[in-house]
Order: sequence, then structure tokens, then C-alpha cells
Amino acid sequence: MAKVKVAVLGSGNIGTDLMIKLGRSELLELTAVIGIDPQSDGLRRAKEMGYAGVDTGIDGFLADPTLKADIVFDATSAKAHLYNAKVLKEAGIKVIDMTPAAVGPYVCAAVNIDEHLEKDNINLITCGGQATIPMVHAVNRVSPVEYAEIVATISSKSAGPGTRANIDEFTETTSRAIEVVGGAKKGKAIMILNPAEPPIMMRDTVYTLVEEGKMDEEGIRKSIAEMTEVVQSYVPGYQLRTEPIFEGNKVTIFIQVEGAGDYLPKYSGNLDIMTAAGVKIAEEFAKNLLKKETV
Amino acid sequence: MTNERDILITEVALRDGSHAVSHQFTVDQVLKVAKALNDANVPYFEVSHGDGLAGSSLQYGLSRTNEMELIEAAVSVADKSKVAVLLLPGIGTLHDLKEAANLGAKMARIATHVTEADVAPQHIAYAKELGMETVGFLMMNHMAPVDKLVEQAKLMESYGADTVYVVDSAGYLLPGQVRERIRALKQSVGINVGFHAHNNLSLAMANTLVAIEEGATRIDGSVRCLGAGAGNTQTEVLIAVCERMGIKTGVDLYKMMDLAEDIIAPILPVPQEITKDSLTLGYAGVYSSFALHSKRAAERYGVDSRDILIELGKRRVVGGQEDMIVEVAAELAKSKNR
Repeated sequence: MAKVKVAVLGSGNIGTDLMIKLGRSELLELTAVIGIDPQSDGLRRAKEMGYAGVDTGIDGFLADPTLKADIVFDATSAKAHLYNAKVLKEAGIKVIDMTPAAVGPYVCAAVNIDEHLEKDNINLITCGGQATIPMVHAVNRVSPVEYAEIVATISSKSAGPGTRANIDEFTETTSRAIEVVGGAKKGKAIMILNPAEPPIMMRDTVYTLVEEGKMDEEGIRKSIAEMTEVVQSYVPGYQLRTEPIFEGNKVTIFIQVEGAGDYLPKYSGNLDIMTAAGVKIAEEFAKNLLKKETV
Repeated sequence: MTNERDILITEVALRDGSHAVSHQFTVDQVLKVAKALNDANVPYFEVSHGDGLAGSSLQYGLSRTNEMELIEAAVSVADKSKVAVLLLPGIGTLHDLKEAANLGAKMARIATHVTEADVAPQHIAYAKELGMETVGFLMMNHMAPVDKLVEQAKLMESYGADTVYVVDSAGYLLPGQVRERIRALKQSVGINVGFHAHNNLSLAMANTLVAIEEGATRIDGSVRCLGAGAGNTQTEVLIAVCERMGIKTGVDLYKMMDLAEDIIAPILPVPQEITKDSLTLGYAGVYSSFALHSKRAAERYGVDSRDILIELGKRRVVGGQEDMIVEVAAELAKSKNR
């Protein structure tokens, strides 16, 4: 089967985890890992695994006629993404933006990818967003959600310096995406870091308030169960910790995300769900691109 | 009254006390309390949701009144006292801080778990930019060893905090532990050191005196113990004790007593005492705002609220993880019925 060529920009934790996941894809062929530090563990591993390792950044990659990609994952930073987005657009390469830059529309892999298959740049929101927005949507598609609030608790060890320095970006971006993608009229997000040892698994609690008189408990239960399976199809460690709780017009959903343990440890479910969602979205892009080629 | 003060008191009833009244403060209540605090010459008092700015939520409890209205009301009657706000990065944002500063809040207390100071630099820097005095508020202090606390306090200092607090959120610390912590901070940072107690083990006053003895000059209290759990160091009592000890607080004792008796007591849903739940908080090392949530969950699931709190302590749950309470209660009910 023909594969679509992809490259990973950024040779840190996220980039390296993506590299390992991409090695398993039947639709995507990883050609290059692009970094700026020749000494990085990610670039060293990329070369070991037989991928091109570019240490001259996005410009070096684009200048090399032997390297090709139809889709690039940008796992650098919000600031770097602004430049990367521009040059990749000029080069006609689709971008999956893993940074908080949000140049393109927010996409949650389980919810709204179909609307954005033709976009040249999409944004992955946040880890908390990828974990919880499917559930906000699952409730909202049965009973309209007036208000949704999510609490993401992650182990201190899996929150890197970028997340810590920009914690407001998490709360603000996730809140907006709960509304725009999840469909809630109003959204709110909270993040908590827990330093317990051994590190805790990522846990997310989703509270939704549905419109008065519109509660359909049975319908919502079914919708949540279906959505759980959809997310599990690309994040195997995604599960409900306990049954959803229904009280009046409130539904509370408890989620745990255990990472696949590819490059990142299992407790880094917050990072795993981002890389898994990135690969899932790239595969949907790839199916769309391959379909066009055969027509 | 002299303006000379040996220690500077921050009254937290209008923030920490928000937990005790399930975040139901009204503008009228805040106006009365704020005016009395100002008249009593209390240097700082804090007004925010119990979990800080933007804490109003299903997770922690929805505020009856928008906290910005409460802050505005407090500022309107405080011509001597300065109004402080609390902000937990991950809950509140720079936008909330700006809104509070625009309304006249003069002090920003940026609160993180004791090991997570590095989520605070943006907020401290921005508060400075807004012209606010800044505090690094290291919560659940008992969960980190002293050397870790020192490292985190130095981070707070490096971000520009004017003061760093040892915050005994669970009311778990014993006097010797408070002594060790304050002493270590006094030896390692150049900024003010503060102490915030909870009275869950009836040690708030003793711990506060030890902290003052070791050189803490910023001290929190809650009038009539209007704070989470069993409340904090009882402010009016602290004023009296300090007067007896010759420690100048600059706060009017009679006026604080009147505030406690005539204004705060009627606000309290039940008198503040060390109930079995608040005692368990201090015994198990659990965040003080968990008490009322656990009580409700215990009733709902037919389990003992103390068992919930003990289990939360074992799991090393940190401040803000109220969603764990229902989950633990449900698990306990399940294993009980097995």
C-alpha cells in the first residue's frame, strides 16, 4: 500500500515519541527527523533507526532536494511555529501543529478532523483538550451542554519547562476549545501538578451541565461509551476510571490516560495522547491524500 | 495608634473563609468585614474565591457573587488596609490578576504546591509590572523536606517575590517542624518570610509564635477562625497574645474582637471548632478545603468521611484535587458493600 511521506520537526521528547509511533503506521512513512542540536538524543535515535536526521532546522530540510514530506509534525515551540508555519505553507506541506501557537484551527482527533481535512495547518489544542473534549462532545451530541469544566491532573515529572512557563496557555486554550470543538456554551479548564512518587497517571475530570429538561441519561451513557472506544482506537491507555455520575443536570466523567510507553514513560499519558492524536490526524490526512491520488 | 509594627498581619477570612461558607460571601458581608478590618488598622486583607482568582467552579464550588465585585467592594472601604488577592497558576491567569489590580488590589499572593514554584514566574513578574507587592505562597508545605522547601523558596525569590510563605495548608506541621522550616528560610533567602497556619491540630497559635520567634514577619490569621478546616490562627487572639509578648502588630484589639463577635460570628454557618473532620485533615495531612467536600461525599456514599480523608492522605493528593474525593468515596463504598 502506498504511504504518505511525513517528517517530524523537533527532536525533543514529543518528536522522538512521534518517531516511534510513526514507525508502526501503515499509512505514513517517516522520512526525516529535523532538529537543531546534532547532539540531541532524538536525532541520534533517528539515525540509528534509519531515518534522515537533519540538524539544520526547517530551512536545512527544505533546502535538501533528497528529503520529501507531504505532512510535517511541528513539535518545537509556539514561537518557532510562527516561522515554520509560514515556510511550510510556502512549500505546500501540510502541518500538524503540536505547539500552543494555534495558527490553524483546533482539532481534536476524535471529534472534528473530518471538517479540517483540506486545511494546510491544524492545531492540536492541549493534552487536557485531547483527553476531555471528546467527552464534552459525547455529552453535547445527546443533550446540549451549557457549561463544561475540565480538571487535568498530571504528574510533575511529565510537565516540562514549556508547560510550566506557560501554564495560562493551557487553561485559556483548553477553555476556548471546550467551546469551539466540544460544543459547550461556556468552557473552563484547570490544571494541577502532582509530584507524588511513583508518578501518577494523567487523570482528567469532566463536569458538564446540560440544558434544563434536556438530560437523557441513557443516551449520554451510551454516547460516552462509544466515544471512549473511539479514543481508545488510537490511545489504548484511555479509560474511564469509574462510571459517570449523574446528578440533576450535571454529568461528571472520570478519565485516566496511561501512556503507551513508547519513548516517554507510561505516566506521561498527557504527552502520549498528544503524539497519538497527532499520528491519528496525520493518518486521516493521508487517507484523504491517497484517495485524491487514485481518483 | 503607632504605625510601627514588628509583624505584618494578613487577614484571610475573606479568602480562606470562603471555603467555610461554601463560597457564598455577599457584597454586603464583604463591605462590613472590610470596613471593620480597615478601622482596626489591619495592614493587609485577602479577598478572593477560596481557591484563588477564578476558583469559582464545579470542582471547588461556584461563587455566589463574582469575586471581582467583592474585591471592588473591599477596596472601596479600605483607605488604610491593602487588599490582597490569591492566585493559583493552573486555575487563575494573568487576565484575572490584571482585573484585580485594576480594581485596586495591591498585593498578589501566587500560590503553588511546595515543590512546583516554577509555575509562578510569569504571574509574579506580571504582578510586579502591575505595581503589586508579591508573595510566593508555598502550599502543603509539610509534603516536602526542608532542603526542597529552601530550593523552592529561592526560586520564588529569583522570580521577584517580595515575601515567601510557609503555608501549612493541612494544619499538619508540629511546632518543631515550623521552627526548622522558618529557620532554614531565614538563613537562605533575603526576602521576607511569612507563615500561614491551619488550626486542625489546635497548633495554629503555637506554630505561629514559633514562626515569629524564628523571624517570620508576615503572618496570616483568620478572625474567629473563619478559614478552611478548623480555620487559621485566630487573628484577634493573636493580636492579644502579641500585645502581651510586646510584639507590635499595630492592630486594634478591641475592634478586632468586635468584628469577630458582631460581624463574623453571624456569618459562620456553624461556629468554628475542631470537628472530627478537621482534626483528621491535620492528622492525615490533607488540604483543609477538602473537609466540607468529604463530608458531603461521605453522606452521599454512606461511608465515614474520616476514611475518605485518611485515604486521600495516603495517596498524597495535593491542593486542588477535589475531584479525588468523590472517586475515593465511591471506591470505599464499593469495597464496603463487597
